[in-house]
Amino acid sequence: MKTNRFWAWLVFAIGAAYFIIPLLATFEFSLRMRRGTYSFDAYASVFADPAFARSFTYSVVVGLFTIVVGVLVVVPAVYFVRLRMPWLRPFMEFVTLLPLVIPALVLVYGYIRLYNSSSLIPFTGSALGTDILLTCAYVTLALPYMYRAVDNGMRTIDIGTLTEAAQIMGANQVQIIGQIILPNILVAILSGAFLTFAIVIGEFTIASLLNRPAFGPYLVGIGTNRAYEPAALAIISFVITWGAMGMINVLGRFAPRTSARTD
Amino acid sequence: MTDIAAPPKSPRRIPWDSLAVFPFVLFAVMFLFLPTLSLVGAAFTDRSGSFTFDNIAGLFTDQIMAAYWISIRISGASALLGALIGLAITLAIIRGKLPAGLRSAVMTFSGVASNFAGVPLAFAFIATLGRLGLVTIILRTVFGFDLYRSGFNLLSFWGLTLTYLYFQIPLMMLTIAPAVDGLKKEWNEAAQMLGASQWQFWRYVGLPILWPSFLGTLSLLFANAFGAIATAWALTGSNLNIVTVLLYNQIRGDALQNPGLGAALALGMIVITSLANIIYLVVANRAERWMK
Amino acid sequence: MTQDFLSVQNLTKSFGNNTVVKGISFGFGKGEFISLLGPSGCGKTTILRMIAGFERPTSGTISIDGQDITHLKPNQRQLGMVFQAYALFPNLNVGDNIGFGLKIAGMPAEQRRARVNEMLKLIGLSGFEKRYPYEMSGGQQQRVALARAIAPRPRMLLLDEPLSALDAKIRVSLREEIRAIQLDLGITTVFVTHDQEEALSISDRIVVMNAGNIEQLGAPHEIYNKPATRFVATFVGQLNTIEAKVVDVAAKTVAIAGQTIQVYQLPANASAGTDTVLTLRPEVLSIGARDGNDITLTGTIADVTFLGSVIRLRVALGQTILSLDTFNDQRTAPPTRGQPVTISFASKDLLALEA
Repeated sequence: MKTNRFWAWLVFAIGAAYFIIPLLATFEFSLRMRRGTYSFDAYASVFADPAFARSFTYSVVVGLFTIVVGVLVVVPAVYFVRLRMPWLRPFMEFVTLLPLVIPALVLVYGYIRLYNSSSLIPFTGSALGTDILLTCAYVTLALPYMYRAVDNGMRTIDIGTLTEAAQIMGANQVQIIGQIILPNILVAILSGAFLTFAIVIGEFTIASLLNRPAFGPYLVGIGTNRAYEPAALAIISFVITWGAMGMINVLGRFAPRTSARTD
Repeated sequence: MTDIAAPPKSPRRIPWDSLAVFPFVLFAVMFLFLPTLSLVGAAFTDRSGSFTFDNIAGLFTDQIMAAYWISIRISGASALLGALIGLAITLAIIRGKLPAGLRSAVMTFSGVASNFAGVPLAFAFIATLGRLGLVTIILRTVFGFDLYRSGFNLLSFWGLTLTYLYFQIPLMMLTIAPAVDGLKKEWNEAAQMLGASQWQFWRYVGLPILWPSFLGTLSLLFANAFGAIATAWALTGSNLNIVTVLLYNQIRGDALQNPGLGAALALGMIVITSLANIIYLVVANRAERWMK
Repeated sequence: MTQDFLSVQNLTKSFGNNTVVKGISFGFGKGEFISLLGPSGCGKTTILRMIAGFERPTSGTISIDGQDITHLKPNQRQLGMVFQAYALFPNLNVGDNIGFGLKIAGMPAEQRRARVNEMLKLIGLSGFEKRYPYEMSGGQQQRVALARAIAPRPRMLLLDEPLSALDAKIRVSLREEIRAIQLDLGITTVFVTHDQEEALSISDRIVVMNAGNIEQLGAPHEIYNKPATRFVATFVGQLNTIEAKVVDVAAKTVAIAGQTIQVYQLPANASAGTDTVLTLRPEVLSIGARDGNDITLTGTIADVTFLGSVIRLRVALGQTILSLDTFNDQRTAPPTRGQPVTISFASKDLLALEA
């Protein structure tokens, strides 16, 4: 099978080149700020920019709220549908497929039309309202991933049997969810959380159309004015996303598994 | 999975079931169904509020049809190339007898790269293949090959397609890896015992088995590219009038002077991406059936 | 003696520092049904895969019909193989699966169809050619796999634990079917299994393996009645062991639980006063004295398991526990725990094995 391995390495090498070279080029470009020599000036400039800190913080905060709301919306629903209302499952699967089918651009268009200042629920009538709308939009974008993560987590630990065991020992519903289910799916939730975070940090379309000072629009704005900072920002944003993904991988090792029958 | 017998209901029992699912349903209604339906409705409504097909008819102008057509072409090109290249790399990693740790590293990277769209990606490619990009310069100084004089331009159809591949290929890899994993080594061994060469195995067994998943993921990639806006906006701006850019401008500043037309535009997009996803679902289902 | 059809010489396989097959040699004639029997990890599957060509031997040779095939690729060896997991191609129907080897060999479609129908008749699944694997049961799939392997008329058939994934009842009927087809076609067959009942019931000869070595090679009744080593005796069938103290080497007497008896053979390393181990099969033990049984021992019943037609007793003789089966007598009640009992056996039925 020697030729087999040769072709495999060749394909892999070409693929790796395609993916790594742009990163290298961007990194190299980001170092060129100071004329004549390589330096981290572009990065220094970025970190010193108050707009960077402001927009990044804004996105991080929105990201955290998105995660919390996402968990509150998804976890109880998945739990009860798995346990008591399996007939709702196709509905849930359909709903979590929609954000992948309907482009974000179209969704935000719908939000603007539906929730503008002259409608029943005027989200966009105020800054806070728009922030809330933005958060909800992100929860919707991240829904497929959060759902899949939590659903897989619950499937692995066989919540059905755990719930029965807890009920026999006298636990009520709140105790069951809080003390038994939640701790065991924490890793799955965290995976969904990091994925959500990655999505929120880089998002541009919705944030810009809703006029919020998020990181995505900031990146675009910088691009029109500066030369080297955008490259530095691209690298920074890549590293952050890599960090989030890496955490998911690391967490995967701590995921609880049972030897129980899974469906 | 069997239903668990719920504890006996007392009259003042809290309806946990409904309470738990309520937020989810509320979300689905408020942020998925209603907005979409409102757009669909608006597409058939004229300025005075009555039903009309005019908006849909208004889609059939040169400018708008051209926009749809370019979007379809870019989505198709990036989907097809992304699918083929992604499949090749996935096969190389999973079945090419490469070092074991490589797969996990590549899959993590794929997770990152599939999210690395929008402005940073556009910058990265400008820094690589733009007029002053690293690779452009290296090609000129080291290899004496002037990329731009030979007709290449990053800010063009093929430039954008090339850039789109950066998240299309990883998406393909992540989605088709389970199917490639599912190719049991016993099938290959059985084929060999029956006299088949490696090529014959792939031709009669391997690729046919992967075909449904391949087709399905192709549709997924198509829908993914079709709905993308940020990268195109950052890279080609208004040079390349794809339908998402058109819609973006419309939302921003009513570029089409006609909200109904904007809604029709959105409706057209939904129809196309839904079609692609329906194909994906149907084909994926057929693939499941075989693999039992 | 005619030249062996399958000949394996000094076959060794190591994975790094771990030697899984340690210099094995054996030979078999054409048309024989051979089983490789042993516990997991003994090397039997590795040997089969080396014969098939999926593993390369570290050293040694494999020859079939006089041809050295050690370095041939699997698709050049003209062998048929049946896998534990059936390995039917899911995208092809039964007819195309069975005809796959024929198609590769370039047989025209008409002839292929005829041969496929012939095979379907052989395995009792005529009319199934349009079905797909996922529409069939495990037993049916395995029969199709068998037909697929035989269709191209291979010179030898390899079966890698083909019955392990099936229900118990199907296992029994399918193994008989495999044996019947094999006898009918006269095809040399190598069968790997860890189930000794399977191996005993259908093989011409058995190779018992343990930790990379051959423990014994012989016909089923030889392996069972005259086990060469302790391992073979315990792995194949049940074995009772009795600790005994040697009393007199010349007189061949030993003391068991306070009684002195004479055995017909002592292990080679016996000397007066040393401990030794006597072994015998449960079926040579009888309850009560019987003609021809010259050794009688008394003990108490430790356990009774009523299995229907058979009653399984465990009898304590001092510290030793012996296991024996007796037929149920419908007119009398089964023995009870704690009951004293006399058992007897013929000294010639003792197996003298190394300790």
